[in-house]
Amino acid sequence: MGKTVELLEAKGIVKTFPGVKALSGVDFSVSAGEVHALMGENGAGKSTLVKIITGVYRKDAGEIIFNGKSISPGSTLEAEQCGISTVYQEVNLVPELSVAENICLGRQPKKLGFISWGGVRKRAVEALKRLELDIDVSKNLSYYSIAIQQLIAIARALDIDSKLLILDEPTSSLDEKEVAELFKMLKKLRGQGLGIVFITHFLDQVYQISDRITILRDGGKVGTFEAARLPRLEMVGRMIGKDPEQVKSMEKKREIRKVAGKEFLKAEGIGRKGMLFPMALEIREGEIIGLAGLLGSGRSETARMLFGVDPSDSGKLSIGGADTDISSPKKAVKNGIAMTAEDRKVTGIISDLTIRENIVLALQARAGAFRTYTLKEQYALADKFIKALGIKTPDADQLIKNLSGGNQQKALLARWLAMEPRLFMLDEPTRGIDVGAKAEIEKVMDELCEKGMALLFISSEMEEVSRNCDRVMVLRDRRKIGEISGEDISLQAIMKMIAE
Amino acid sequence: MEEKQKIFRDNIFKRLFWPLMALGLLLLFNLIFTKGFFHIEMRDGHFYGTLLDILNHGSKVMILAVGMTLVIATKGVDLSVGAVMAVAGAIAALLIVQVESGWIFVQGCTLGGLVPFLNAHHMSWFLPALAAIMISLVAGLWNALLVAGFRIQPIVATLVLMVAGRGIAQLITDGQIITFTNRGLTFIGNGHFLFLPFSVWIALGVFAIVAIAVRKTALGLFIESVGNNETASFYAGIEAKTIKGFTYVVCGLCAGVAGLIAASNIKCADSNNAGLYLELDAILAVVIGGTSLNGGRFFLAGSIVGAILIQTLTTTMYARDVSPHVAAVPKALVIIIVCLLQSETFRRKAMGILKTFKNK
Ligand SMILES: Nc1ncnc2c1ncn2[C@@H]1O[C@H](COP(=O)(O)OP(=O)(O)OP(=O)(O)O)[C@@H](O)[C@H]1O
Ligand SMILES: [Mg+2]
Repeated sequence: MGKTVELLEAKGIVKTFPGVKALSGVDFSVSAGEVHALMGENGAGKSTLVKIITGVYRKDAGEIIFNGKSISPGSTLEAEQCGISTVYQEVNLVPELSVAENICLGRQPKKLGFISWGGVRKRAVEALKRLELDIDVSKNLSYYSIAIQQLIAIARALDIDSKLLILDEPTSSLDEKEVAELFKMLKKLRGQGLGIVFITHFLDQVYQISDRITILRDGGKVGTFEAARLPRLEMVGRMIGKDPEQVKSMEKKREIRKVAGKEFLKAEGIGRKGMLFPMALEIREGEIIGLAGLLGSGRSETARMLFGVDPSDSGKLSIGGADTDISSPKKAVKNGIAMTAEDRKVTGIISDLTIRENIVLALQARAGAFRTYTLKEQYALADKFIKALGIKTPDADQLIKNLSGGNQQKALLARWLAMEPRLFMLDEPTRGIDVGAKAEIEKVMDELCEKGMALLFISSEMEEVSRNCDRVMVLRDRRKIGEISGEDISLQAIMKMIAE
Repeated sequence: MEEKQKIFRDNIFKRLFWPLMALGLLLLFNLIFTKGFFHIEMRDGHFYGTLLDILNHGSKVMILAVGMTLVIATKGVDLSVGAVMAVAGAIAALLIVQVESGWIFVQGCTLGGLVPFLNAHHMSWFLPALAAIMISLVAGLWNALLVAGFRIQPIVATLVLMVAGRGIAQLITDGQIITFTNRGLTFIGNGHFLFLPFSVWIALGVFAIVAIAVRKTALGLFIESVGNNETASFYAGIEAKTIKGFTYVVCGLCAGVAGLIAASNIKCADSNNAGLYLELDAILAVVIGGTSLNGGRFFLAGSIVGAILIQTLTTTMYARDVSPHVAAVPKALVIIIVCLLQSETFRRKAMGILKTFKNK
């Protein structure tokens, strides 16, 4: 980085929310032609900093200099006009509009003052092609999975003619191939002199692409480092405020466990027309099962079927030996089955309710409307999980939408852990959760598995699957193609089965 | 713990601040400019006066607003309540006439025979009133079926009954205005009980029953959850459909009760005018009370205050001899101001503008 000209310079940024000091005098600078990673624990203030730079929030104090001029954008549109283009952590496009409209929103190509719909389509198709994505742009955004939506949001950001590109956890739902495609694109843009800010909790990705790393902790800046001179352990240590030795001792490996629990769920020939081919399935108490497969192989669909969101239309299923019919999430919950789905914003958080209400929701739904938990019980429960999972909040009465992304995810896990499920299905559960919290959560899960809870685990990081699971079910093209268990589980074995 | 409950109470107070403020100002205006507005007198052990008239006339919108609050909290709306009032009134009027003419055998159908010191005559109102409530229950179930069962947009779904309802009422009364004199039935909308008009007690009763039913159980939480994010609520194991349907049934029942009061007020069933446009007043009352049309959080007490504010406005117009043709204009103005003041964005912007003026 020979250049010293900074493209963006934020100085002494302060932002306070009721009860939370989100940023306390943070300096942050990005130069042209670099990828700058912004790192920190959940709730460290990364997204808040981004939102201040891009005009979503107003700063309480500080100054932002962009391209030599002091700016203070009042809206995202203003920031875009200055030349700052952003992908936010929560995809903030319009679900009811078409993909094409979403990509060109606010910048529609015009002919004689009227929107040229042909132009809109063409531009959208081109923007998506840059990410090697070939989809029907006239379909509504909500038609597509969260991963595709994320790619669309990125395509939109890349399409804006900008000097600074900010990506807040853009890869949280993407699989390896898509990430590689994105990185290729980013490297090209970096070559063209764009400044790029990149936020993620995937440490590997940080080292793959970034030139410099800035670490935030509790709303303050820890420091800015050359990526090449900051070893991984040291980075984690600085993020969570421990020294590298302590971090090392945290990263212990799970030993392979022998599970001989009782049978919990057994299914024969369950499937759903147009979604999943019939499959057989067995889940034992205390077992950790992984679902492996490529994007679109039917992993999430399997979980959704078992949870009764898209119930099976064939075969039979028994729980604890008794024939059961799981035709709705309510029935699943009654049978002690829990699930967190991939799309947190749509299927998870009830944004205008408090953390406490969000946490008691599933428990209360299972108990029914007339067996109410007293406020005291509710606070006890919420406080217990806020502590156990390290949810960063002043108290349980905050609205859940005011939590940082990773902390929202923790609150959702708490919702299900609270009802002590017998089978917990997790679809990309640790996405957006920081390294420290990941360890905490794994600990909580392990304890529950000891007590007999079965875990069904979906992750596009095959590495994670092969490392954590007692048994792996492999899916391809909406069909279960086999199982691997115990000592035989390895990344290679899974890959081989998928490829065969 | 106590501190937390204090926060809770503060929140409620904050929500009610602007509507109460508007109500206070309006009353102040009347105290200064409208003679006799605050005059209350005691006759035969009951209070009379403009303020009591406001409560008496406002009771219908209060009751409607209670049901409407729940519906709106689920992100829905019920346009049919006015028409359902007409149907309920028509049924009650029709039956009371039949009962009194002996066309229906009263003894067997009423509780008259069971309660020793009442005779059939005293209880003759019971069967018609019950029938009115039943028909409104059916109306509520119908709306629930369309909205929750068939997933029809609430505005469209309840429009069906809004239009058809008055036709049904016409059919029931055979196009006539049926008048009645039954003591029991006229008492509902004209009688007094414990100093106050009886209809006010009914409104308080409905409010109390619904408030307890939703706040002392988890129903309120489920309603807010479904209104805020239906998909996520479904994933959490809540039967979103049932919850939504439930609110329409409650709303229908409330309309039935309000319909009885409306008919009783004027001692007749007027299919064309009973409850006309009251659905709009009810929706307004809910919005003024702080419940958002986007669904989610709801405030029953706020809706009651909203209903009282609307009725006070109307009564003020009458008291000041504003012609009914123009009365809508000041009414609309006050309502817009209250709604604007409730919007935080507006308050912030307004403060900003005020500040720049000061600085100049
Ligand atoms: N609108 C808001 N109202 C109140 N508090 C907020 C709001 N937005 C953020 N916060 C708080 O500010 C802090 C920083 O949040 P921020 O979203 O910036 O974290 P983050 O570093 O992006 O975390 P994550 O990795 O989980 O996304 C958190 O404690 C959060 O609860
Ligand atoms: Mg964030």
